[in-house]
Order: sequence, then structure tokens, then C-alpha cells
Amino acid sequence: MTQTASAEPKKGSALKRSRGGAAGDKVFSNTALAAGVIILLVLAFVAIFLVTESLPALWPQVFSNQDSIASADTFGQYVLPLMGGTVLASIIALILATPVAVGIALYISHYAPRKIATPVGYVIDLLAAIPSVVYGAWGMTFLAASMVPIYGWLHNNLGFIPFFAGDPSTTGRTLLTSGVVLAVMILPIITSLCREIFIQTPKLHEEAALALGATRWEMIRMTVFPFARAGIISSVMLGLGRALGETMAVTLVLSPGVFSLSLITSGRNATIPSEIALNFPEAFGMRQSELIAAGLMLFIITLVVNMIARWIVSRHKEFSGAN
Amino acid sequence: MKTTDTAAPDPRTQVKKKNALTAGQKPAWTWIAVLVGALVLAGVVTAVLSGGFNWPGFVILTGVFYVIAMYIVTLVVENRRRATDGLWKNLVWGAFLVALLPLISVIWTVVGQGLPTLLANPNMLWVDMGGVTGASDQATVNEGAPLMGGFLHGLIGSVAITAIATLISVPIGLMASIYLVEYSRGGWFSKAITFFVDVMTGIPSIVAGLFAFAAVQLFITTFIGEGPAQLQMVKMGLTAAIALSVLMIPVVVRSTEEMLRVVPNELREASYALGVRKWRTILKVVLPTAMSGIASGVTLAIARVTGETAPILVTAGFAATVNWNVFSGWMTALPVYIYRQLVNPTAPAAAEPSALRAWAAALVLIIIVMVLNLIARIIAQAFAPKKTGR
Repeated sequence: MTQTASAEPKKGSALKRSRGGAAGDKVFSNTALAAGVIILLVLAFVAIFLVTESLPALWPQVFSNQDSIASADTFGQYVLPLMGGTVLASIIALILATPVAVGIALYISHYAPRKIATPVGYVIDLLAAIPSVVYGAWGMTFLAASMVPIYGWLHNNLGFIPFFAGDPSTTGRTLLTSGVVLAVMILPIITSLCREIFIQTPKLHEEAALALGATRWEMIRMTVFPFARAGIISSVMLGLGRALGETMAVTLVLSPGVFSLSLITSGRNATIPSEIALNFPEAFGMRQSELIAAGLMLFIITLVVNMIARWIVSRHKEFSGAN
Repeated sequence: MKTTDTAAPDPRTQVKKKNALTAGQKPAWTWIAVLVGALVLAGVVTAVLSGGFNWPGFVILTGVFYVIAMYIVTLVVENRRRATDGLWKNLVWGAFLVALLPLISVIWTVVGQGLPTLLANPNMLWVDMGGVTGASDQATVNEGAPLMGGFLHGLIGSVAITAIATLISVPIGLMASIYLVEYSRGGWFSKAITFFVDVMTGIPSIVAGLFAFAAVQLFITTFIGEGPAQLQMVKMGLTAAIALSVLMIPVVVRSTEEMLRVVPNELREASYALGVRKWRTILKVVLPTAMSGIASGVTLAIARVTGETAPILVTAGFAATVNWNVFSGWMTALPVYIYRQLVNPTAPAAAEPSALRAWAAALVLIIIVMVLNLIARIIAQAFAPKKTGR
């Protein structure tokens, strides 16, 4: 690009020289365009390659001349329990993380004194920066052990609820523990998104509410929440997307098994990402297609969740700070 | 905490005096009294319920009792609106304290487990797992032999894979965001890019790994061959770097786009007015102005992918020794090393040495990621142009 520019000025007048950059302009704008095209191509390839590689597992009779896939009769039988486990773990994480995350976001935006709010923001970012494998290791060695007495208590007192039925785990490596680790991991994501939106609440609305004699909580309920509702929902959805795809925390914490509603028993449930991470390194042939197909399902689920989140944001763009 | 009233320490006289401004308010020391009450009650209840004293139960019960008691006291002394306000204030503070717990716990665990090992065996940083067998780990446990092995290969793998990923994604991400901000006129194409970059942000990291694996496998089977040796070639550093690029590009695009948009238009117009070409304006005016923001965004993206485990796990295989070649042979990255040492200890019967190595590696990984984050912050603050729009 620079060569075309430096080569041109040799000949002729100042007018011509200014025209000389035109080639540079072309090259530069086309490179920029090409980069955009590459991004679209990559995404298209993600979809195409995943589909091609998973076809043998999706329709074994047609694409691989086999009657069934390696680990079950049909792909549905194989993937549905995994999907159930994935969704279950993510929902536990959401239920635990959302109230706390919204609370911290409010704390930073409306409750904490300015001197504390900024460092707290940093701390939350710090929480987001810790690698997932470290969270997994922490969940596996520290959290799982400390959850064991809680499981015993839950089983004894709330055992009639299907979630807390079954033998309480003695290692603590259950779906509920994974859910707690996931909750810790998505907490900073939801918090920072909510905080951004809470801060954007029009100051005049807030001051008007306070001037009418509202207490701080009434002010928040009357001005901040209506303004931020769409933003809160979409940030929770984005957190859900992250929880669905999170691999290491679940892989390290959970001792996997068949799908079950019991959250406190070891050797039950598995999630799609952990299934892939555990088995892919040794898989080949049909098994590999199966796992890639499971990954495709995961891709579709997270895609739908993320799209819903974006759609909510774009729908409320005009009258909220959610964009 | 101080009342504006002319200091009436006794609540009864204060209520009796009926100062128009502070009438019906609870005295300033209420929260201390309630806290003491909650502490005592929680201590008693914990002792009765668990037959002894345990810290977590005590702290949790104190918090619960305090919040409830404050609500009731305010309800009685003041009114329901104030009580609700106070209740939510306490709950929001509670949420903040609850969130601190896992952070402190994670850092405490990693430092507590990793630091002693790392200090006792600093050579871990410059040896790999070559020659470390189950037998040597057994010897460490049974006979107290020195801890062998380290994670140099993980460090080198992480650096190499991340460097290649950065080389792939920064130019693409940078140029794409330049296209979005400077060239597109809000047409369908730029909308599509923005939308699909959003979609890419949401790709689960393991799916990115599967994609890279599938792509490279398809490429190799089509152009090189389908034998087992060729299939073996699929797992290499480059495949992992491609997977990480898929995760990194959207982050780079988003942060760069944001930074380019806050460059004031006056700067561009001034440059055009002087007759400077658009591409030179971008290179000489826009990019230097936004450089600090872009650099910090890229650093954050690097920090993010350095900690990724899943995509590398499925694409780069697992090696026990140093491999500098990104284009052939299996490679180990630091997060994968941690995972493997924890899940498949070198000596299954004596997992302790493996766990020690894993925690030491985890400490190093956290330090690397934190330092990268710190650098990003310093770049953003120290080199920020005077006018960034905020």
C-alpha cells in the first residue's frame, strides 16, 4: 500500500501527486472489506463444517451405512439427556447468579460511595478474568468438599423434592456443585452488563422521583428498573449463553452419568461441553461425528439464546439504555 | 451515621421531643444494637443446632437475623416504606459481600496450594514432563524424593498458540472494524457483519475447537490424504490457534470498533480539509488517536484466550515435552496441562504430585492473565488521548 503511494509522487505536479493516493485508497478499503467478508465466511464455515462432520451421526443410515450410532440407537437418544443436563446446570447457575448480579450492579451504580464503587468494578472484572480451568479446579477440590454437608442437609430436610432426592453425594461432585461454579463464572458477565445499563438511567428521572419524596428503593423501582428491564433480561440471556457453553468448570467438577433430576447425587447427568471435552481427545470415526453433532446442537442452542437476547435489546433500543 | 439532630443519645427523649425533621426516625445507633443482637442470637442458634460452633453457619445466620431484625425495627419505629428501603439496601450490600466470597476463596485456594510448591520447586518453570513417570511420582510420595517435572512445555505452548492466534485475528479484526466505522454506510452488509460478530461472541469455546478441528481435518483429508498418519497431523498448534482466533476476532472487532467510534469527527474532517487521502487519514490520524484503546482491547482479548482450555484440549492433543513447532506435532498449553494433571495424574495411585504441579501451574496462569489485564488497564489509562469522548 505504501509502495504505491511513494512510487507515484515522482512524476509530475502537485495535483497529480494527490491523485496518486487513489490506489492506496482502493487497496485499503478493499482490504477492510475483505476482512469483513472473512468474518462472514468463517461463521459460514463454522456452520458448514460442523454440519458436514456431524452428518454421519445425524443420519447414520444415509451417510455412514450403519444402523445406529456408537453410543445409542438414535442420535436423539444420545443427545437429549445431555441437553437436559446442560440446560439444568445452566438454569441452576442463572437462578443463583441473577439476583446477586443485579444486586451488585445496583450496589455499584446506586448504593456504594464513589470511592468504593470503582474498585468494586475492578474486582468484578478480576472475577471475569480468572481462567475457567482454575474455577474448575477450585470447584473440584474446595467447593465440592464443602458442599457435602449441605447436600446431606438438603436430602434430610427437602428430600421430598425430586431435585434433592437420591443418595446425597459423599464427594460433592454433582450437578448442583457445577451449577454453583457456573453461577460464580457468569456473575461478573451479568453484573457488568447490568451496571452499564443502570448507570445510563436518566438522572432527571431519578431526581424527579426523589423530589417527589420517594425513598431510594422506590426511586430504583420506579425509574431504574423500568428503564433497564430489557437490558437486564438480555444480560441474563447472555449469561445463560455463556453458562450453556462453559466446559471446564463442569468437566472438572461433575462426575458424569445418566440424566436424572436429582442434583445432589454423584455419577448423574452430563452436559454437552463436558461430554465433548471428556471423550473427544480419544474419539475417532463414528464417535467423533457423534461428539461434533452434539457440539452442533450446543451451537444451535446458544445461538438461539443469544439471538433472543439481541432481539430483546433491539426491540427496546429506542426507549431504553439497553443498546 | 450522624444525625443532624442536636445529638439526643436517648431514643425515648428523642421521640418525645418530636423535632419536626427527625421525628419518627430510628436513632443512629440502632444498627449497632441490632448487629450485636443478631450476633448473640446467631451464636446461640448455631450452638444449639450443630451442637458446637461453626463459622459459616454463624456468619450466615448473623446476616439473616440482622436483615430481618433491621426490617422489623424500622417497621415499628418508622414506617413500611422506610423499612422496605432499608431491607433492599441491606440485601444489595449482602449481594456484594456474597460475591466477594468466591473470589477470595478461589484466590486463597490457588495461592495457598500453588505458592508453596512453586517456591519449593522453582525449577518447575524451566523443565517439562519429559522423563517423569508414574514411578518417580510414587517415589515422591513414598520416599520423599524431590518433586519432578514442570510446565515449561505448557508455557511455550500457550505462548506459541496465543501468538499465532493473535497474528491471525488482530489484522482481520482491525480491518473489519475499520470497514465498519470508516467505510460502510450502514448498509445491509455492515449490519450483517455487526450481527454475525455478535453471534460469534456467543460461540461456545468448545464449539470453536470442534470447528477448527473439523476444518483442518477436512482440509487435510481433501488435499493431503486420509491415512492414519495424516489424521494424526490434524492435531497441532495451528489448529488450536485457528480455534482461538474464532474466539478472539469478535472481541477485537467489538473493542476496536468502539474505540474508532469515539475518535472525534473533527479530527477526520481537519485531515480531509488538508487534502489528505482517506486511507492516510485513517493510518495517520484515526488509528494513532485510538491506539491506546485498541492496544488495551487486544491485550484483553489475548488475556481471554490465554485462559481458554476446551478449544486447545480438542485441537492440540497432549504432549509431555517441549514442542516449538506450531505446524506439526502435539502441543500442550498451560490450561490443558492443569486439566490433564488434575484429571489423569501421572501416577494414578499417587495423585498428589500431579495435583501440586497443577496448582503451581494454575498460579502461574492466573498471574499471567492478571498481568495482561493490568497491562491493558495501564495502556488504556497512560496512553489515552486527552479527549476520548467520555
